[in-house]
Amino acid sequence: MKTIDLSETSTRDLNQALHDQRGECTERNWEVLNPKGSHSLACGLDQNLSVDIRGHAGYYCAGMNKGAEVTVHGSAGVGVAENMMSGTVRVKGDVSQAAGATARGGLLVVEGNAGARCGISLKGADIVVKGSVGHMSCFMAQAGTLVVCGDAGDALGDSLYEVHIYVKGSVQSLGADCVEKDMREEHIRELSDLLKRAGVDDDPLQFKRYGSARKLYNFNIDNAVL
Amino acid sequence: MCGIVGLYLKNKALEHQIGSLFEPMLVAMTDRGPDSAGFAIYGDEVAEDCVKLVLSHPDESYDWKGLADNIEGQCDIAVSWFQNSRVAVFKLQATREVAESVFATHAPDVAVMSAGRSIEILKSVGEPQEIADTFNLRDMKGSHIIGHTRMATESAVTEKGCHPFSTGMDLCLVHNGSLSNHNRLREELLREGIQFSTENDSEVAAGYLTHRLKQGESLHKALENALEDLDGFFTFAVGTRDGFAVVRDAIACKPAILAETDDYVAMASEYQALTSLPGIENAKVWEPEPARIYAWNRD
Repeated sequence: MKTIDLSETSTRDLNQALHDQRGECTERNWEVLNPKGSHSLACGLDQNLSVDIRGHAGYYCAGMNKGAEVTVHGSAGVGVAENMMSGTVRVKGDVSQAAGATARGGLLVVEGNAGARCGISLKGADIVVKGSVGHMSCFMAQAGTLVVCGDAGDALGDSLYEVHIYVKGSVQSLGADCVEKDMREEHIRELSDLLKRAGVDDDPLQFKRYGSARKLYNFNIDNAVL
Repeated sequence: MCGIVGLYLKNKALEHQIGSLFEPMLVAMTDRGPDSAGFAIYGDEVAEDCVKLVLSHPDESYDWKGLADNIEGQCDIAVSWFQNSRVAVFKLQATREVAESVFATHAPDVAVMSAGRSIEILKSVGEPQEIADTFNLRDMKGSHIIGHTRMATESAVTEKGCHPFSTGMDLCLVHNGSLSNHNRLREELLREGIQFSTENDSEVAAGYLTHRLKQGESLHKALENALEDLDGFFTFAVGTRDGFAVVRDAIACKPAILAETDDYVAMASEYQALTSLPGIENAKVWEPEPARIYAWNRD
């Protein structure tokens, strides 16, 4: 395992060292010390690496991640795992707003709470939040899944497209065109699988499903990738 | 952009080191606001029948002693004063109104940066570290302090345009964001007798709070009304003689983070500004919710 101490190394050098693993991978396991809320840590990774950040991360941590498994042993700021393509990002603490924004693939697990606009414009990734999410989560989200084991804030799923939302607790209010839907067998299967991947013990039958009423956009089932 | 920071001490034993605790917080926000910086510190309180003013003059070698002697001699007002770099802190046995009219008469080119029993506002154009050094922030003592690093958007980069803004006794405000209804609101507040010295949107927010507090509202109530009447983006940190408050607008796109221990409450735009505080590893750290008022008061 390689350890990088950010009290001695710059963020740019850390990210460069991780990017250097893209062609030939010589070291899979990385540990980052003293992050102290620095921005853009472990961004743009494109290799099956395991990165453990020991402490709190700033903005856009693990953004654009492709294939790596990044764990923040603390909280993360705005836009964690934004535009993730694949891999796993796990945050042991809380995350700020716009977690998983526009992410296309991979799994984001937040063990604490997420702030406003969690999963905004989500494009295919899966997000599991053990705690609660703030207002306007999944705003205009197009594809993927958001699982909330706690409560959801105001205007959940406002102007959403085909994202799947599961909430165990209460929903303060639903956004425009977002409605509660039946939990069919395939949804219970999807949710069970996600909870298992995220390492959460909750019972899928206690969740409610929310999705688009398809009144706000021109939905044509024939165009949907199923 | 802009960075805002605040530190409110619950443990009085830390009051002698508030400056050294706060300086790294302010400097950590340099990336968010490199063009100007400032802070409002609360401490060294004067008696109830006195007022403390921070005065500034464009001439760095301005004769503050001459001004003090002049006021004592001609107006029969007891004055004590000291100089801090380019500004002077004057303590007068008078009301604020009397004190301000005395300066308007005897030194019309002197600008009043703050007035109150406890507040001292020190601010300037330049990088935060430079401003902290200029005013010797690290050796300052006090009960609470709020600061700002500015990346100007709505008005000019000048000393007057620097935050914090104070429009009333011991009240000050720092702002990250921009207000869209400040022009109309300024006109309404001018009619109510609130005075403004800049075209800055944040000064209007300070003026609004001053007006509400003058109506007898509590800081909490005044901020509740601010959430209704101010249109735009904001995270505010507000200081009063004995209180400290943080509030974000209902959309909450401007960042804020709070930390609390038995010793202090700290607020910053980003977590980076809190990492130098003692015991931060075990502090309760959270993001303030939109449109919710967080306020602390000294007993």
